[in-house]
Amino acid sequence: MSIEVQNISKTFGTFKALSSVSLNVPTGQLVALLGPSGSGKTTLLRIIAGLEQADEGSGSIYFHDEDVATQPVRRRQVGFVFQHYALFRHMSVFENVAFGLRVRPRRARPTKRDIRDRVHRLLALVQLDGMAGRYPSQLSGGQRQRVALARALAVEPKVLLLDEPFGALDAKVRKELRAWLRRLHDELHVTSVFVTHDQDEALEVADRIVVMNEGRIEQIGTPDEVFHHPQTEFVMKFLGEVNAFHCRVDSGRVQFDALELPFPQERQQIEGDARVFIRPYDVTIDTKTNGLPSVTAEVIRIHSAGPVVRLELRTATGQALAAELSQERFGTMNLQVGSNVYVRPRHIRVFTSA
Amino acid sequence: MAAGIALRMRARSEQATAATTESPLTRWLLIGTALGFLAVFLFLPLVLVFVYAFGQGISAYLAAFAEPDARTAIRLTLITAAIAVPVNTAFGVAAAWAIAKFEFKGKNLLITLVDLPFAVSPVIAGLIFVLLFGARGWFGPWLHAHDIRIIFATPGIVLATLFVTFPFVARELIPLMQAQGTEEEQSALTLGATGWQTFWRVTLPNIKWGLIYGVILCNARAMGEFGAVSVVSGHIRGQTNTMPLHIEILYNDYQFAAAFAVASLLAFLAVITLVVKSFVEWKSARTHAAVERESQGGGSS
Repeated sequence: MSIEVQNISKTFGTFKALSSVSLNVPTGQLVALLGPSGSGKTTLLRIIAGLEQADEGSGSIYFHDEDVATQPVRRRQVGFVFQHYALFRHMSVFENVAFGLRVRPRRARPTKRDIRDRVHRLLALVQLDGMAGRYPSQLSGGQRQRVALARALAVEPKVLLLDEPFGALDAKVRKELRAWLRRLHDELHVTSVFVTHDQDEALEVADRIVVMNEGRIEQIGTPDEVFHHPQTEFVMKFLGEVNAFHCRVDSGRVQFDALELPFPQERQQIEGDARVFIRPYDVTIDTKTNGLPSVTAEVIRIHSAGPVVRLELRTATGQALAAELSQERFGTMNLQVGSNVYVRPRHIRVFTSA
Repeated sequence: MAAGIALRMRARSEQATAATTESPLTRWLLIGTALGFLAVFLFLPLVLVFVYAFGQGISAYLAAFAEPDARTAIRLTLITAAIAVPVNTAFGVAAAWAIAKFEFKGKNLLITLVDLPFAVSPVIAGLIFVLLFGARGWFGPWLHAHDIRIIFATPGIVLATLFVTFPFVARELIPLMQAQGTEEEQSALTLGATGWQTFWRVTLPNIKWGLIYGVILCNARAMGEFGAVSVVSGHIRGQTNTMPLHIEILYNDYQFAAAFAVASLLAFLAVITLVVKSFVEWKSARTHAAVERESQGGGSS
């Protein structure tokens, strides 16, 4: 079941949460809505679910070819997983998962035996077989989130919507669960949309990432596309650490600090004042000059505990610059605080100042 | 939320260390003062009610209830409570639901209005109804023309009791429902439940103990209310006297044994209410503690 969002806007009082957002989620894909808090990602998810109404006169929402914008929540057949689980605290795990089946009108309600079988199948799927009799208060956060997922899947939803599903869990459980969610999705192939502010989570789990900022979509693409080919300054900055400098673009040449490099992006034309962005791991550090264009810089700080070594540098013109290099390379270079080095960016991206 | 904080504070105070506790003498002095005060001002009067009630023997005690006026008063009190408590339970749940689960204009005004009966003196509450429905009140002539009696009759007593006891259920539920939020209801809706199913299967079980507690307090006040009822009742013996009014009349007639006998019945009802109330408190504290554990949980799987 595909999801089509067309020109959806949402205003809370004077705050514009979404401005004319359009989005297409193909059948069977797992899509991440990624953005900082206040970017409108949760609002968009809740509008798709029907928990929030889009502004009067704004666009529509289709599940497959059916316009669902006017349907109430309970008719849309969405599975919704809340950040804080929202399990029914007075019901056992079994009753929680069975709820969606038990509230169906009598004609559509499965028999008691069918309900029992289906609940136990789902609990096996989320690896909670022995927990049917427990209450939510007796479960850990990770277990609760899996109950919430089983409960959402019990009604055989057309689409699965997850609002920061792992946001309330600690780092280790979060990593385990997101790998598990990916495997589960590969097994079930339910069209799914999940909201997250954690770029690692989005990059690791999603088929496609929708990067949102201030109620707008900045970029839609595969994890590779948004990470390696960001289309806007915001996407560049949001997906990982970045060094930014003012620059001038003059007939295909980018001038910044003491450097002049060819304009990096194809299919884009910028002239005049702009900003250039360099990822710390896209910086080459040398102790000797080798003839290639580079700037000189002084080492201000060295963080060598970790898989890579991070350097804080200051260029000859006084600009701060972060760089990363491998432990091996760092070992061969004999760098110290105060050393002078030659810095050469391998990849740059240029955007006009936002 | 308030209950949660209270519980957390209790848990903390149980862990008091030597550095934060008072000396034994101070502690006993404080506890002794508190208990002594309670004994003189609360426990002693209650005991005296029973002592005076049985002062002229058990037969005099029983005779006080055999009297038709007493029976009418008891019946009227029970009828009033039987109407006021369910009506205010329904209104209280509706008001708390509206305030806790929805955002709308005039919400603060509604919260203030819910508290109004607590702020206003019961006598004034009674007078309001006299001004509205009395012979010279706004609706007086119309009511007279249609031969409907409200003031100096049962409807007036029920209305005054409704007014005075309105806040109990709503006040108990609003903080509870606000703390619980609306996510459980929302997830019930996404799972296909109707609004009605959501209320009966999700909302009501979650507020159960708070609701019962509110109903108990509401009932205690409905049976014991004096001021407002006194204004609208007209004190017609055998017709418009509730138990508290009947007790006052007996007392003014120097029928102390009978007065205290009926008073003992009222006091007995109050004691039962308190016993049920402490059971409910104990029960809901356990539920709250579970919720507390749940919200602090999370963590490792």
